[in-house]
Amino acid sequence: MTPDHARVGFTNVEFSIPNGRKLLSGVSFEIRQGENLVLLGRSGSGKTTMLKLVNRLLEPTNGEVSVSGKNTMDWDPIRLRRQIGYVIQEVGLFPHFNVERNIGLVPSLEAWPEEKIMARVHELLELVGLPPGTFAHRYPHELSGGQRQRVGVARALAADPPLLLLDEPFGALDPITRSEIQKEFRDLLRRLNKTMIFVTHDIREAFLLASRIGLMQEGRLVALVKPEEFLKLDHAEARAFAGSLQ
Amino acid sequence: MKVLQFMWTDRFEILQLSAEHIFLVVVAISIAIAIGVPMGILMTRRPRLGKPILAFANIVQTIPSLALFGFLIPIPFIGGIGTRTAILALLLYSLLPIVRNTYTGILGVDPAVREAGRGMGMTDTQLLWQVEIPLSLGVIFAGVRVATVIAVGVATIAAAIGAGGLGMFIFRGTSMLDYRLILAGAIPAAFIALAADFGLSAIEKHFRRERRS
Repeated sequence: MTPDHARVGFTNVEFSIPNGRKLLSGVSFEIRQGENLVLLGRSGSGKTTMLKLVNRLLEPTNGEVSVSGKNTMDWDPIRLRRQIGYVIQEVGLFPHFNVERNIGLVPSLEAWPEEKIMARVHELLELVGLPPGTFAHRYPHELSGGQRQRVGVARALAADPPLLLLDEPFGALDPITRSEIQKEFRDLLRRLNKTMIFVTHDIREAFLLASRIGLMQEGRLVALVKPEEFLKLDHAEARAFAGSLQ
Repeated sequence: MKVLQFMWTDRFEILQLSAEHIFLVVVAISIAIAIGVPMGILMTRRPRLGKPILAFANIVQTIPSLALFGFLIPIPFIGGIGTRTAILALLLYSLLPIVRNTYTGILGVDPAVREAGRGMGMTDTQLLWQVEIPLSLGVIFAGVRVATVIAVGVATIAAAIGAGGLGMFIFRGTSMLDYRLILAGAIPAAFIALAADFGLSAIEKHFRRERRS
């Protein structure tokens, strides 16, 4: 894999829904391999829309989104998505698959041999702190919220995608579980050297995970800075988020 | 007791007519599943087709069953007197519950599950076969169950157009004013309906257990 493989670029991206309301306008930025971008913003600021434009669950109305230097509209969407790990707040585990099959989903879509899938699944379960002996054959309804989200993260990592998209993955967890899983996830990130775009409205989470923070407001990317610069920003929205730290 | 005695004397005819009755229902329901499930799936893929298809099935359902059998008799090729027409009428009656439940079952799949599947790069076909259909089997089977129970009842009218079945006893009984004859048709028909309901709801429960999240 080339070093710039997971680069994501937005050039003047605009997105409107069919009734004409603009959800995003004039968004431009670029991230390099290994960067961890956290998009911070209130509900409805357009963060989730940004993520869905990257894996082409949505298509830009104007402008260009590129992944690995290639316009997402020129990608086969299926090929594009199989090399992007995707985690959402509701997790979306398949209720009729056990943990093993949930995690092995993308490898099995990619027709890996069975033994290789099993080995990978067990490796990933260890990685996210769920002993395979106990958890591999459980069904999602037999897991706690935190365990489900760990499985969700493992599933996103299954085919070793260079790029990860996470949409408020820990937002629905209780505060104690959330802070445990956030720290584990940060350690995981350091080991894996993935490129990541992570969406949150929690500034603490942003500081914990980000190599850069992108601040979203009303469909615009109003700032894109290193975490240590964020508190010095003069922007009203940045001050509002900084204020929520106290 | 008189009724039971009567039924015992006529047991061979009752068995034969029950077999005819079950045959009508099984053939009609099988074809209704073969048409209705793909139709319901198609409606989830082409939302514009949804309303006209549901409207058609709804209208068919509102036609009184005796009238539907009557309407079909004069139609060339597909109509006429006999088994084929009866099966067609039962089939039309069974479509609505099956189409509607397939449609609502698939639309009822948790949007987060669908989004996760799409986001991981499942094709529409993979999503349909590996996720949407397995997760809506319980609801689809509920539709099949309802359609079957209705069809067992409606099939008694098939005798009116010469397609046989337990309706033979009932029509004979009403014209002769003999309640034993009516019951000799009605009791086995009720029994068949209950058995179908019981058997199919067991299958349905099995599928619903699998889909809980």
